[in-house]
Amino acid sequence: MTTLPSPPAAEATEERLDDGTVEIARQRYTDAKKAERRLGLMLVAPAVVLMLAVTAYPILYAIWLSLNKADLRRPNDNQFIWFDNYITVLSSPIWWTAFGVTMLITVISAALELVFGMLLAIVMHRTIVGRGLVRTSALVPYAIVTVVAAFSWRFAWTEDLGWLAPAGSAPLTKFGTSIAIIILAEVWKTVPFMALLLMAGLALVPEDLLKAASMDGATAWKRFWMVTVPLIKPAILVALLFRTLDAFRIFDNIYILTSGANHTSSVSMLTYSNLIRGLNLGIGSAMSVLIFITTGIIAFIFIKLFGAAAPGADAGGRR
Amino acid sequence: MRPETTNRKLTWWGINILVLLYAFIPVGWLISLSVKDAGTLNDGKYFPTSPTGASYTAIFKNPDFVRALINSIGICLISTLVAIVLGTMSAYAIARLEFPGKRLIVAMALLISMFPAIALVTPLFKIETALGLFDTWPGLIIPYITFALPLAIYTLSAFFREIPWDLEKAAKMDGATPYQAFRQVITPLAMPGIFTTAILVFIACWNDFLFALSLTSTSRARTVPAAMSYFAGATTFEKPTGPISAAAVVITIPIVIFVLVFQRRIVAGLTSGAVKG
Repeated sequence: MTTLPSPPAAEATEERLDDGTVEIARQRYTDAKKAERRLGLMLVAPAVVLMLAVTAYPILYAIWLSLNKADLRRPNDNQFIWFDNYITVLSSPIWWTAFGVTMLITVISAALELVFGMLLAIVMHRTIVGRGLVRTSALVPYAIVTVVAAFSWRFAWTEDLGWLAPAGSAPLTKFGTSIAIIILAEVWKTVPFMALLLMAGLALVPEDLLKAASMDGATAWKRFWMVTVPLIKPAILVALLFRTLDAFRIFDNIYILTSGANHTSSVSMLTYSNLIRGLNLGIGSAMSVLIFITTGIIAFIFIKLFGAAAPGADAGGRR
Repeated sequence: MRPETTNRKLTWWGINILVLLYAFIPVGWLISLSVKDAGTLNDGKYFPTSPTGASYTAIFKNPDFVRALINSIGICLISTLVAIVLGTMSAYAIARLEFPGKRLIVAMALLISMFPAIALVTPLFKIETALGLFDTWPGLIIPYITFALPLAIYTLSAFFREIPWDLEKAAKMDGATPYQAFRQVITPLAMPGIFTTAILVFIACWNDFLFALSLTSTSRARTVPAAMSYFAGATTFEKPTGPISAAAVVITIPIVIFVLVFQRRIVAGLTSGAVKG
């Protein structure tokens, strides 16, 4: 962190002089400290207030709504009903189907993204020709609006329209193929992000170490697993954590590709339907809170069990 | 030695072409659909046989699309600007100053960046309706800024830590006023980071669908991604494939240009916040 000019000076005077100078120096040091604190707090205040107002307050409000019967179609019927909404949601097969679908999509796409992301990262890191070109074009899927990409996939798989749709079948009207296409859209879009995070990790692997391993007779495959992977494990875990949490809130792709038809709703999709189409704020809020809790559990598992260092968790020591 | 290098180069070109195909095939497909005429739209071929600009004429005559485009540009620019100003202030404090609660703020930003946005949709819908913010620009700008702030704070503080701040002192010793030192020494060093962050924040806002869909009800504040999902054909039987593709291409072009021009900076920005911890 930044060292202020005053503290060493203050200590130096303390040793030699024993009159009022020490007091003055110390006073100045504390004043400077105080001014710095005040400035720091003032600078972060607007951002903090806004973040709290838009997230913390609504979440508390959502918890309150979830304990009430709050159906916009029956506004006079509102009352405090404790955990009835949660019981309704948790005993509903629709919720558990959506939960299962979301988990399935999350796990498969995170796994595929890790594999393809690693391949792309290695290509971007190692290629000896056209490096700028590869890196630039790999950013295109990241930058494209998810809805746009989802439309591209939807049209591509629509019967009689798309170049990918096999004649005489409509893949987006069946559960299995729909899920596969949703995962394809999700993976296509997010592999570059994964690859960039992993590439930054790869850049930190010392070239000498790989050479030494190579001298000792390690094959490329062995070098990758024994040297590279252990060294970039933190980058892998951070990338996986980000992507898992992100995949769990999947909404855009499903909304455009299937609108949740044939049981392909994710939990976010289901919550949205309850709010906007069903106008049932109580049930919608209960689902919101459940999603929030699940996200927390996923993050907890990653950080505690796998030891993923949350980025910025130790920002105080970062220089 | 020589033929071996040529071979290796050829192999790498082969791999690079695979990456290019991966990145551009879905984009090319949308461009192709957007220029296909009504007769060949449903031929299922990847390349158009008789290209036409009819879909583009149609969407720019559609007041809902034009309005959505203005909404998207306006809302995203304002959100980016505010997020960058607030983010720069916070990131400077986090990177340079000692004050209580710093770690708490960083942790909070991290929490928000992992927050499931859907969990906020229900309460925000209710709160914004009560405050009269529902279906207005501020109604979208406020949540956009909130979700952009963690990204802005992370990326900017990572950039700010790299700036050699001693230069400022050196400039002052050489007789520069504090303003000159800031304006001529620190600002040029900080600008690339701020600019990169602005691109990332803009892309994030431009991409949003959930808030745009849930917190609007008319074309007053609806942005393009949400408007696209409401597109309808001229008649009930005509599917709006062409116009949707044209709209998709229109909102993709600025982003692709950004990416092509600022590739290096975007890569630096995306990786700076995440890996150094």
